[in-house]
Amino acid sequence: MTSGRLSTLAAAMVIARRDFGAILFSRSFFFFLLGPLFPVIIGAMAGGVGQHVQQSTERPELGIAMQGEQVDAMLAAHQTMSGQLGNVLPKLVVIERLEPNQSFDAKAELAARKGNIAAVFSGTLSRPVMTGTVGQIEQWRGPMSMLAARALSDSPKSYPEVALVSTAASTAASERRGQLLTAQAAQTLLFLLTMLLAGMVLSNLVEEKANKIIEILAAAIPMDAVFFGKLFAMLAISLVGIAVWGLTFGGVLLAAGSIGFGLTAPAVGWPIFVALGIVYFAMAYLLLGSVFLSIGSMATTVREVQTISMPVTMMQLMVFFLASYAMTQPGSPVEMVAVAFPFSSPFAMMARAAQDGTLWTHAAALAWQGLCVVIFVRTGARLSRTRVMKSGPAHDKGTKRSLFSRLRPA
Amino acid sequence: MKIDLGNWQVAGNATCDCIPLAIEARGIVKRFDGFTAVDGIDITVPEGSIYGILGPNGAGKTTTLRMLLGIIDPDEGLRRVLGAERPHDVAHAIGYLPEERGLYPAMKAYEAIGFVGALRGLPLAEGCQRGRDLLDEHGLGFAADRQIRQLSKGMAQQVQLLGTLVHEPRLVVFDEPFSGLDAINQGRLERMIRALAEKGTTVIFSTHVIAHAERLCDEVAIIAGGKVPFAGPVDVARDRIRPQVRLETRENDGLWRKALPDDVRHEGNFWFFSLPESGVEPLLRALIEGEAGILSLSIERAGLHDAFVAIAGEAAAQALEDDKLEERK
Repeated sequence: MTSGRLSTLAAAMVIARRDFGAILFSRSFFFFLLGPLFPVIIGAMAGGVGQHVQQSTERPELGIAMQGEQVDAMLAAHQTMSGQLGNVLPKLVVIERLEPNQSFDAKAELAARKGNIAAVFSGTLSRPVMTGTVGQIEQWRGPMSMLAARALSDSPKSYPEVALVSTAASTAASERRGQLLTAQAAQTLLFLLTMLLAGMVLSNLVEEKANKIIEILAAAIPMDAVFFGKLFAMLAISLVGIAVWGLTFGGVLLAAGSIGFGLTAPAVGWPIFVALGIVYFAMAYLLLGSVFLSIGSMATTVREVQTISMPVTMMQLMVFFLASYAMTQPGSPVEMVAVAFPFSSPFAMMARAAQDGTLWTHAAALAWQGLCVVIFVRTGARLSRTRVMKSGPAHDKGTKRSLFSRLRPA
Repeated sequence: MKIDLGNWQVAGNATCDCIPLAIEARGIVKRFDGFTAVDGIDITVPEGSIYGILGPNGAGKTTTLRMLLGIIDPDEGLRRVLGAERPHDVAHAIGYLPEERGLYPAMKAYEAIGFVGALRGLPLAEGCQRGRDLLDEHGLGFAADRQIRQLSKGMAQQVQLLGTLVHEPRLVVFDEPFSGLDAINQGRLERMIRALAEKGTTVIFSTHVIAHAERLCDEVAIIAGGKVPFAGPVDVARDRIRPQVRLETRENDGLWRKALPDDVRHEGNFWFFSLPESGVEPLLRALIEGEAGILSLSIERAGLHDAFVAIAGEAAAQALEDDKLEERK
């Protein structure tokens, strides 16, 4: 006989060790590692295709229908000014060189849909008329007015080169904007990682139920320990994944000499920000994972899991939006709600770390999130024990009715 | 949870005749969504005994075992397992084989045994080594490094059984252990259960097959509809009904028939009835004086099946038979 009972932590470690080893050497972990590559590949492909489409699309042109010498003056002015204004000026296409007093129907010309002409510039240089859709003529109004003025008069004959001097340090406004972008990037990364992993822990538990092992575990150790063990294992797996991804992408960026993605340094500094990122990721994952585990333990089939996990996923998306919105209003009641609500707290605090250098708030938030994890795991374990481990009449198993009856408070 | 201390034995480890108890449950109740699965049952299992929980499927056997093991908590009543009110506190001294067998398919056989031992507090490395030793002892050494998914169903069941015992528990709980086993493996398991009891291990198992309980158990609890109408030694259960008389006569009628009791059943030349309280002598005298022509007479002690029928009722007995038929299919 063995010497004594296992503590909850020791029991959780038995589960965690088994799960960690099993997942690490499984095919699913290989695909898990490849997971982040798919959005990158799809993004790159979409970008390439978009660029190709953009390149394939001809720039809209502005047709000119004026008297011959005025057309020449316009073309000369276009050539002179295009050096300064570049793409702001539309490409000019001569439609017709008019004789004096010859009239021209611009609307009819556009209705004929010839070439790639988006608008028609007619009239005289002193009283030009531009015909086209509202959006297009509003866009070209200013540049064409300048062009007509230049064509009308030779002065100025040259344009002085403006020397550009960029400031080395950011202004207060640009720093705030930059930190907001850093916060946004961190939140998005945190959210994507959390969602990816929480789904894995869910399928892990369902598989365990399918293998009928859950009863052996529940008989030997408290369900809390089973839940904690599974969460710890998946967390360790995710940290391995993050380490692999971090080293890979870090190496690539280092080789490319663009580490930091050009993001503004967060208010707490990069080292603390990265450390907080890992801790908040762990908390976000543990919070969501504990809810998913409870769902997994209550469901008897994969279909049931999908039925219940969908609203939770939607809820998590809303929580992400709440944290994203709150990020733009630091110190507001909305941000306080986002910080206090357990599921949005890691995301909101991550944004805060980017924008506010105060550190004690992070200690308080982590303590609160940790407490919530313990409460959620215990509640999930209790639900699982009281509602699932029963061997009632066969007709009561696996039906929608039984599923929803399990959701009623014990 | 309602706690009733009325019938609780404070001594815990001792019944009135000072036999230490491995399990003591008083008035435990479990309800699921308004359905009462277990309705106030009392069970006391002496240490070192083989104890059977006998009843048809759906009677509440598994729920009772799950409550005794701490997998679920009773809604009412009290339980004490190896002296502990929380079964998880003595989990290291308990082995459990659930009815629905399960192992991790990717684990190797010796690892699976070691893992179950680790859950019960045995260091993993030691558990794995014991796993190899146990597999060798039981003729499965060749399969030690095979994954569970590569084993036959029977071999996987044996691996799980060895996992149940790897940490040398004081109390072993089997839920329907004979279910799904062929006759040879049923015999092996019976021998293993007896060997465990001889070493002082308490064995408690649930079954819907009376023959297993009758052959193995010192005591049984008969469970039907979530209630336990009888719990105690098998002999006491059998003594609940009078010995059965089988009489064969040459004559079919005569004055001697008045000596037969009211519950007599007549088939051909045979007469079946419970032995009258007055004993066999007055009956014999009447048969001889009435010239019944006695061809044979046997008096048999009631079997556990008859006791079960008498205690739990015909419906429960029929349910047991149906379960057996269902399993054979």
